[in-house]
Amino acid sequence: MSNASSSTRDNNSSRSVKVVQLRGAISLINTFPALAGVDLDVSQGEIVLLRGPNGAGKTTLLRLCAGLAPLSGGQGFIGELDLSDRAQRRSVRQDTGLLGHKNSLYDELTVEANLRFWAKANRLDPKSVEPVMDRLALNKRLRSVKVGALSAGQRRRTALAVLVCRRPKLWLLDEPHAGLDPAGRDFVDDLLQHANSFGATVIFASHDIDRAQQVANRTVTVVGGLVKGEGPVENVA
Amino acid sequence: MSESEPRSSNDAAKPKSTEIATEQTASIGSAHTGSRASRTIGIAALVAVGLLAAFGLWISPPEVSQADAARLMYVHLPSIATMYLMFFITLVGSIIYLRNGSRFWDLLAGAAAEIGVVFNGLTLFSGAIWGKPTWGAYWTWDPRVTSTTVMFVMYIGYLAVRRLELPPEARSRRAAVLGILSFLNVIVVHYSVKWWRGLHQGQTIGIDTKLDGLMLTSLMIGFVAFALTGAWLLMHRFRIEWLQSQIGEVGLDQALAERRAEAAGYNPSDSVGGLA
Amino acid sequence: MLRDMWLITVKDIRIELASRVVAAQILPFGLLVLILFGMAISPDLAVVGPERRSVLEEIAPGLFWITVLLSSLMALGRSFAVESADGNLDAILMAGMDPAGVFLGKAGAVLAQMIAVEIVLGFGAFVVFGAPIDDPGLLAATVALATCSIALAGTLYASVGAGLRSRDTLVPLLALPVLAPVLLAATMATRDALFTDATVAGWPWAMLLAVFALLYLGVGMIAFGPLMEET
Repeated sequence: MSNASSSTRDNNSSRSVKVVQLRGAISLINTFPALAGVDLDVSQGEIVLLRGPNGAGKTTLLRLCAGLAPLSGGQGFIGELDLSDRAQRRSVRQDTGLLGHKNSLYDELTVEANLRFWAKANRLDPKSVEPVMDRLALNKRLRSVKVGALSAGQRRRTALAVLVCRRPKLWLLDEPHAGLDPAGRDFVDDLLQHANSFGATVIFASHDIDRAQQVANRTVTVVGGLVKGEGPVENVA
Repeated sequence: MSESEPRSSNDAAKPKSTEIATEQTASIGSAHTGSRASRTIGIAALVAVGLLAAFGLWISPPEVSQADAARLMYVHLPSIATMYLMFFITLVGSIIYLRNGSRFWDLLAGAAAEIGVVFNGLTLFSGAIWGKPTWGAYWTWDPRVTSTTVMFVMYIGYLAVRRLELPPEARSRRAAVLGILSFLNVIVVHYSVKWWRGLHQGQTIGIDTKLDGLMLTSLMIGFVAFALTGAWLLMHRFRIEWLQSQIGEVGLDQALAERRAEAAGYNPSDSVGGLA
Repeated sequence: MLRDMWLITVKDIRIELASRVVAAQILPFGLLVLILFGMAISPDLAVVGPERRSVLEEIAPGLFWITVLLSSLMALGRSFAVESADGNLDAILMAGMDPAGVFLGKAGAVLAQMIAVEIVLGFGAFVVFGAPIDDPGLLAATVALATCSIALAGTLYASVGAGLRSRDTLVPLLALPVLAPVLLAATMATRDALFTDATVAGWPWAMLLAVFALLYLGVGMIAFGPLMEET
C-alpha cells in the first residue's frame, strides 16, 4: 500500500500528474447508462467537489474511479492504470479508497474488531489502528461498542477510520457530510485537508455546497451522466 | 416458442420506447429469425419427422416383448441424444465465452440450454408413458430416470440464472460458470445414482431384442429427425436472443441520448438542498 | 490466500458468536424439522427387517441428512447476508483480498457452524428416532466429509445469488440438485455406520464424498474470483 506522503515534495510539478483521466467514459448499471460520456481530468493534490442533482451519476463516477463500476465505453485512467483492463482495475482498487453510501461495517462486531479486521484485510499492521481511533474519537468508550449500536454519525466516523488507515493516493467520498452534525462535518473537512496536505488527491460528492466549497479547490457539476460544468470554486453561484 | 413474438426473457433488453424505428431496424438487419438456412433445415426436419412417423408407427414391426409400446423408443432415445447434444453445446459455449467474452457463444449457450430443457422434459414424459404399459408405473427409481430428472431441475436453475437482474456481463459470467458446472454435476449425479440403484437390480428402460432391419432404420431416422428439429429450434431461439441483444444496443444509444438530455435543462441554482 | 481464509473464517465465527443466529434460529429449526418428520412418519408404523426396526428408525439416516441440507441452506444464506447487508463485498474487493481465500474462509466458517449443528441434531436424532451406532469411525468420517461437501459446493452456489433479492429462492434451486449425490452418499454411509445388518458398504460411499469435496474445493477456488467481481 503506497504511502501518499512520500509522493510529493514539489507541489508545482505534482500539479501536472494526472490522477484521473476520463474521456467519454460510459458506465452501464444493468443497461442504464449511469455515466453517459464523462470527460474529466483531476491532477494530483486537488480537492474536487462533485455537485449535481440526485441520480446524476456522482456515485457511479466515484465507483468508476475506485475500480468498482464498469467502464462500458470510452477511456479511463487512474494514474497509469487502465480502467478497461480487469487486472489493472484490481490495482486501481488498492491505490484508491472509497467511502460509499454504505459503510461496509459488520454490525455484530465492535468498532475495534471492525477496524482490526479491515486493517488486516488490507494487509496493514493492526496496531496502526490505534492512532487512527484516537484521531477519530473512537478510542475511549466507543471502541468496544458494537457497530450496530452506534448512531449513524458514529458509524460514518468508523467507516472513515477504515479509509484513513488505508492512506490511499486517491480519496473518493460519497456524501461524507451526510448524517453528521456540524462538528462532525468540520471534522471531515479537517480530515480531507489533512490528507491533502500529505499529497492525497480527494474527490467527494456533497449536497452541502457552502461548506464543501470551503474545502474544495475545484467544483465539477455532474448532470445526466455527464460533466456539465467545471470551474474553480469562485465561478459557481 | 413461436418465432413471431420475441420472448421477453430478458427484460433489461427492452427499449425505452415501445416501437423500433425503421432506421433502427435497418441497422439490425432483418427483424425475422428465419433465413434460407433455417428454412432448409426446417423443411428437412419436417420431412424427417414425417418419415419417422411413418416408419415408427406403421412400417416397422412391433417388438417381441413389448408390442407397440416399444415404438416409443423412436421418440425417447432420439430425445435423449438431442438433449445431451444441447447441454454439450451449452458446456462448450460457456467455456468459450469465459475465455474470450464472445457474445455469440454466450447467447448460443443460453439458447441451447433452453432447447435442452425442452428435450429433457420430452425425455421424461416419453419415458413415463413408456413405463406405464411396460412395468405398470409412470415412475421407477431407475438410475437414469432419477438422474435425468435431477438434470432437468439443474438446468432449470441455469435458466433462472440467465434471467437474473444483474448487469449483462455479470449475469452471463455467472451463467457460464453454471453451464460448465451443471455438465460436471450431471456426470457426478449419474454415476452416484447408478451406483445407488445398482445394488437393487431393478428394471431398466430399454428393450431386450437386438435391433436390426426396419427397427434400426426407424431409430436412425428418429435420431436424424430429432437432431434436425433441435437444430431448427436452436437457430430460431438463438436468433431471437441475438436480435434482443441488438435491440439492447440500439436501446443503449437511445438511453444515452435520453440520459444526456437530462443535462440540457439543468440550472445549478434550482436544486437547493439537494432534494431534486 | 491462507491468510485471507483464516481472517474471513475467524471474522464469520466471531459474528456468529455475537449474533447467535445459527445457534438460536437455525439449530432449533433443524430440531423442529426432525420432530416434524417423526410426526409425519409415525413411529408406530410397521416394523421392518431382521433387526425389527421401526420404519422411522430405518429411515432415520435419510431424514437426518435432509434436515442437515435444509439447515445448511439457511446457514449459507446467512453467510452471504452478513456481507451484503452493508455493502461489505465492495470493501473486500477494495482490500484486494484473494478470492480463493475468501471462498475457503466463508466455506470454513459454514463448515464449523454446521458441524456444531450436526452434533446437536445427531444427538436429537438419536433420542427421537432411537437409532443405534455400529461404526462410530465411519459415522464421524461421513459427517466430516459430507459437511465439507455441503459447505464447499453450497458456498459456491450461494455466491451466484449473493446480493440479489431472489437469493432465498434461487440458492436452494441451484444447490439442491447439485447436493443430491451428497445426500445419497451420506445416507448410504450413515446406514452402514448405524445398522449392524446394513447391506450397503459405507466406506466406498464415504470415498465418493471425499471426491465430491475435493472437486468443489478446486472448482470453488477457481470460480469464486470471477463470480465475486461484478465488472
